[in-house]
Amino acid sequence: MNKKPQRDIKTIVNASLARRHAAERRFRWYGLIAISLGLVFVVLMFANIISQGYSAFWQTYIELPIHFDSAVIDPEGHRDPHVLENADYAALIRASLRAQFPHVEGRRNLRDLYNLVSSNAPFRLRSQVLDNPEIIGTEQSIRMLASATVDTFVKGNIDRHIDESLRSIKNQEIAWVDQLQASGQLKQRFNTILFSKGDSREPEQAGIRGALMGSFYTLVVTFLLSFPIGVATAVYLEEFAPKNRWTDLIEVNINNLAAVPSIVFGLLGLAVFINFFGLPRSAPLVGGLVLSLMTLPVIIIAGRAALTSVPPSIREAALGMGASKLQMVGHHVLPLAIPGMLTGAIIGMARALGESAPLLMIGMVAFIADVPGSFTDPATVLPVQIYLWADLPERAFVERTSAAIMVLLAFMILMNGLAIILRKRFERRW
Amino acid sequence: MLFYLFVTVALLSLSSYYLGRKRAFAVAGSHIRNLHSLPSFYGSYTALWCGLPALIVFTVWATLQPGVIIELVVASLPPELQQLPPGRLNLVINDIKNLVSGNIVSSSPDAAILAAADHYRHLQTTGNAALWVIVIALALAGITYGWRTISPQLRARNRVEHVVNALLIASSTIAIFTTIGIVLSVLFESIRFFHKIPVSEFLFGLQWSPQTAIRADQTGSSGAFGMVPLFTGTLLISGIAMLVAVPIGLMSALYLSEYASPKFRATAKPALEVLAGIPTVVYGFFAALTVAPLIRNLGTAMGVHVASESALAAGLVMGIMIIPFVSSLSDDVINAVPQSMRDGSYALGATKSETIKRVLLPAALPGIVGSILLAVSRAIGETMIVVMAAGLSANLTANPLQAVTTVTVQIVTLLTGDQEFDSAKTLAAFALGLVLFIVTLILNIIALTVVRKYREQYE
Repeated sequence: MNKKPQRDIKTIVNASLARRHAAERRFRWYGLIAISLGLVFVVLMFANIISQGYSAFWQTYIELPIHFDSAVIDPEGHRDPHVLENADYAALIRASLRAQFPHVEGRRNLRDLYNLVSSNAPFRLRSQVLDNPEIIGTEQSIRMLASATVDTFVKGNIDRHIDESLRSIKNQEIAWVDQLQASGQLKQRFNTILFSKGDSREPEQAGIRGALMGSFYTLVVTFLLSFPIGVATAVYLEEFAPKNRWTDLIEVNINNLAAVPSIVFGLLGLAVFINFFGLPRSAPLVGGLVLSLMTLPVIIIAGRAALTSVPPSIREAALGMGASKLQMVGHHVLPLAIPGMLTGAIIGMARALGESAPLLMIGMVAFIADVPGSFTDPATVLPVQIYLWADLPERAFVERTSAAIMVLLAFMILMNGLAIILRKRFERRW
Repeated sequence: MLFYLFVTVALLSLSSYYLGRKRAFAVAGSHIRNLHSLPSFYGSYTALWCGLPALIVFTVWATLQPGVIIELVVASLPPELQQLPPGRLNLVINDIKNLVSGNIVSSSPDAAILAAADHYRHLQTTGNAALWVIVIALALAGITYGWRTISPQLRARNRVEHVVNALLIASSTIAIFTTIGIVLSVLFESIRFFHKIPVSEFLFGLQWSPQTAIRADQTGSSGAFGMVPLFTGTLLISGIAMLVAVPIGLMSALYLSEYASPKFRATAKPALEVLAGIPTVVYGFFAALTVAPLIRNLGTAMGVHVASESALAAGLVMGIMIIPFVSSLSDDVINAVPQSMRDGSYALGATKSETIKRVLLPAALPGIVGSILLAVSRAIGETMIVVMAAGLSANLTANPLQAVTTVTVQIVTLLTGDQEFDSAKTLAAFALGLVLFIVTLILNIIALTVVRKYREQYE
């Protein structure tokens, strides 16, 4: 009587097993697909940026024989620095290019020819003459920066086979570049300008030095403010604070601040630091103030975690030996917790380094060609420089944007790596 | 200049530490046990007397000095310059400042401005000199006072600890002051904005075109400040982002916590979290220069018109950014479900996926909802991706292929570039900031309460 339904259940279960196992396998696959999608995104993004940006680390130079004609530079022969400074050095380059390509005629064609070299080449010649007036009258082989169009073409980023009207380099320019290349006058060298110059409207003269220094000053302010305050707050909340509504309020505030959109901090900086206190716009000082308010919650939360991981026995031992509470914290608990706090601070700094939205609000988006030299000079930071360059249409700027991103990512990897090493080296299990 | 003063005070303070310590040994005589506190506390006591008052005066003075100097300089300007409207007066002050710092000035300066610049320079020198004298005098007076009061009976440790305690409390209140600062700064400007534009129009208006005429005689759009199109745009992009992030993030978390071997988990989890460490400006660049053209070309190939700044591109990339956020939060939540519930399900013969779908997910649902809400608040507040990849035109549409704009994009556009600070245009940015702050705050509070309630359930 009761044997039959039992067999029934068994057959039903057996019959459904194949379906259930298939569902199980499917589900498993979904999980794997989800993870691989996430990882593919990581790889895609890195590959995309590296493939676009690696070529920015090289730069094309044109080597031209320049005759430092004394009739052009210093017709009276007094070697007066004032005369030397105001001489027409562009004429020397023009003469050299005309000698190189004697068949070019017509104003427009000649202008194209002169545009092969970057617009800063005359200044290079001038500084060379000012450094060493002896070279006037001689002929020297001078290496000059090629224009961004030539650079982009030489790097293979402009297809020579498409129609002339669709590309930014003309057929005759390609012919000249080919000729220069054949005679070995076109050379690729490591792009030092990228790391030694500030921003520029000309892609071939633009560098990230200004942005790097701006980031450096901003981060120094951020660290000097947020680390001591963050550690003090963590120590107070974890070791001294009584459990009451006031400390509850502080904790709720810290947790909420960690989730406030970064752009709101920018509004705070604009309204309070710039409009109320009258601090200078675009200054790393203000940027650092805003970023330190943003980084504080990160450091406080990490600091508290580091303090709680110190076992109570250490505190009790110190108190038992007659130490005051402050001595107990200062001599025993804090030294043990500092590596953990530093790890948190470095991760917070890495995040501050990548932050750009609040800095747009306080005017760190201006075009600034000078490398900032102090905390109150107008400056921009690396992520904002990336944002500014990303807006520019030239291919050469796309390349530099990607290179700047690579530098930024390298710094972030470095900082996070440092944090991991610190943690591995000093982490103690009790 | 002021930096050197700071260093001088710090050095004085440091040396007074050793002075105080030596003094403590001296007053203790031959028996150090006569001292109330350890000698180093007497040192710190003197150092605090030296450094603290001096630094307080230094900070207050240095903050106030520029403002006071400008007031004095303006007061000394000829009356016809003083009567200029505030905007023009600011230009004059800027010229004076530039002259003082040796920069190039906008126009050739006239005699009055040159004289004012001299006056400015003079005041600045006098002010700085006075600051040096006062601060150094205070520091020295502090050292003397500390030195004289040191005696074996002085409770130096208690006094030092009181000061340190006060400093600790002061730094912990900074979080509160920041919140108050945020609320006040956006609130005040928003109230000024709502004097010009009624709240109802701002909240429920369907038109957004903040371009207002700068001069009275200019013709142009009169400006419309209805934030509905901005908010729908924000929701559209965040919605697309969540459609990407929630399935991928949740499934990854489930796979990593339920299926993956410890070795696989140890490599895949950090690799996925790399996505969280990449700066948002990099995502923005990726969205604007790679994803958006890709989608537009795909659309053209399929015969669909796609705007070059489509909501889809920004949303997709934002979704990628949020994946690790969803996955690590749900990972925590899933791990909080007690093992006994899984074991019970396995004992009844359920497969792993059945356990996940019928037991784990329902049990973890509140926590997962909480983490999704946190991710949504993150998506709403995200700025750089949308600034770089989403458009500026405020379209009221639900079509992901069209360009929409978001709250954060508008805040950035309204506040970067040249502006008058009093125009409705700039004030609107603060009103948008207020809305953004309130919305994300509410989402966070809900999410945190849900997650906490859920955790307590299993503890």
